[in-house]
Amino acid sequence: MPVTLAKRRVIPGFGLTMGFTLLYMGLVFLIPVGAFLLYTTTMSWETFWNAISQRQVVASYKLSFGGSLIAATINLVFGGLVAWVLVRYKFPGKRMVDALVDLPFALPTAVAGIALVTLYASTGWVGQYLDIFGIRIAYTQLGVVIALTYIGLPFVVRTVQPVLEDLEAELEEASASLGADRLTTIRRVIFPALFPALLTGYALAFARALGEYGSVVFISGNLPFRTEITPLLIVAKAEQYDYHGAAAIGTVMLVAAFLMLLIINGLQWWASRRHG
Amino acid sequence: MSIEIDHVNKHFRDFVAVDNVSLTFRDGELTALLGPSGSGKTTLLRIIAGLEQPDTGRIRFHGEDTTDLHVSERGVGFVFQHYALFKHMTVFQNVAYGLTVRPRKTRPSKDEIKQKVMRLLELVQLDWTAHRYPHQLSGGQRQRIALARALAVEPKVLLLDEPFGALDAKVRAELRRWLRRLHDDIHVTSVFVTHDQEEALEVSDRVVVMNKGRVEQDGSPEDVYDHPANPFVYQFLGNVNLFHARVHDGIARIGDIQLPAPEFQGYKNEQGQAYVRPHEIEVFAGREHADALHAKIELVSVVGPTVRLELRTDNSEELIHAELTKHRFRALGLAQGGDAWIRPTYSRVFLPDERVSNG
Repeated sequence: MPVTLAKRRVIPGFGLTMGFTLLYMGLVFLIPVGAFLLYTTTMSWETFWNAISQRQVVASYKLSFGGSLIAATINLVFGGLVAWVLVRYKFPGKRMVDALVDLPFALPTAVAGIALVTLYASTGWVGQYLDIFGIRIAYTQLGVVIALTYIGLPFVVRTVQPVLEDLEAELEEASASLGADRLTTIRRVIFPALFPALLTGYALAFARALGEYGSVVFISGNLPFRTEITPLLIVAKAEQYDYHGAAAIGTVMLVAAFLMLLIINGLQWWASRRHG
Repeated sequence: MSIEIDHVNKHFRDFVAVDNVSLTFRDGELTALLGPSGSGKTTLLRIIAGLEQPDTGRIRFHGEDTTDLHVSERGVGFVFQHYALFKHMTVFQNVAYGLTVRPRKTRPSKDEIKQKVMRLLELVQLDWTAHRYPHQLSGGQRQRIALARALAVEPKVLLLDEPFGALDAKVRAELRRWLRRLHDDIHVTSVFVTHDQEEALEVSDRVVVMNKGRVEQDGSPEDVYDHPANPFVYQFLGNVNLFHARVHDGIARIGDIQLPAPEFQGYKNEQGQAYVRPHEIEVFAGREHADALHAKIELVSVVGPTVRLELRTDNSEELIHAELTKHRFRALGLAQGGDAWIRPTYSRVFLPDERVSNG
């Protein structure tokens, strides 16, 4: 809809709500991010480049982006499955499971981190058995991925669930009456309908994992070059009053995350364009 | 391919949806399942399709028991009220779907699929929409695509669940005439569900009237309309007036009016209800017949070429509805609030708590 302020609108309050939106966006988002970017520009190109290209920092990018992508992918598969089970089947305790899905939103991430360490340390409840097979989770990159998976779980479930609920049963019946078996129906009818929602959930889970700090620092052990995530390095630099270094790395994260979300949103737009 | 429904029962918890129904649909016939909502007609259709399983009873296609056959193997074409087109596929892909999901061995080649789909799209007069998406089409167009999609798999029977229910009146009327012509061309045994009696009477070879999970009447559209088997069918198939009547020796009496009721030959002084359709009531401006009933005209409504009158007789609580042509109405010089004399020309009498079998 073209934005013409002169015309009277059917729904009143455009000026008020738009003004509030701008103010709100400005105060909580644009001004902090703008100030942060502005601060970055005060350093020379060389300082900037040195800060972001240290070997230790580059290793952390790999872990942060790689780990977040893996975690988001795991959540894509299992979150989709959880949504499917919650929508399609009736079972005792369904409401409990449904409520539990949101827990990673509510629980302080540090609590989650400590709980994960307790479980997965080589002396922990689960870790001791995995240790027998030589699988170590605490203080490894695997541990980072598990923490990032944990905090991203609700996103895919909560984006897919309502779409799946609204999916007409008739579509599946139509597919079956045309001779398709169940697997074909899922692959050719249900999955394409869920695809945009899956992608949204994926993007959200990825973004959340990328910015995660609290739960990871406990289980990762923060070994330089191996299990340090980028947010940890930013915090470490800030604690040492190296604000320039922290801002430089932060800028890299910001730009990279923005680009990746832009790509995923573009994909999503492309997928949903055909649904009308 | 004939369809045989053999003592089928289906209930959902306490609700009896289909109550011991037995029916046979003959090969190549277009049958309407007609009834109010909750009459079990859609459930019965879904049982025929294999989308629901009956609690008891069997379904046979051409003598072959298909009760336990999955819907995907039953060879039915099913058309849904809300089209159920696949939104992320083009019209072409929708129609081709049933062919492309076949196992590789029986799947036609790409060229064959293309030819067949285009032929079907021409049949439904929508070949120009092949590369569009369903949301770019109107409701009537979508339903024709849904029909083409169902026909692509060469179904043994075609089942349509309120196919025109979501469309506006004009498109609805066009599409049902079009369906009738299409059926005359392809002759596939078809069953369609509707709650619209006009639609059922206009389109079908045969009408099955259902109520509360049972079959109330089963016959040709003319038969069902002219000789309703019971009061329910009478009332469901159009407006009707009720008069107290006395039946004696093959004659029904409404006041002083005597009408033939040959099915009650030999009955003596029985009290019953006479059912008279609005167009079966003659209206006069003066007392031309000694036995005509006096009435006041309470409402005149002109609906296109016909005029509907609401009248109240001297000794009746209920309104009488009468219908006449505008031409006749003008000739009589009737007016709202004025006097009129009415006389039923035909009636069908039902005695209390009795189901009269149709002759």
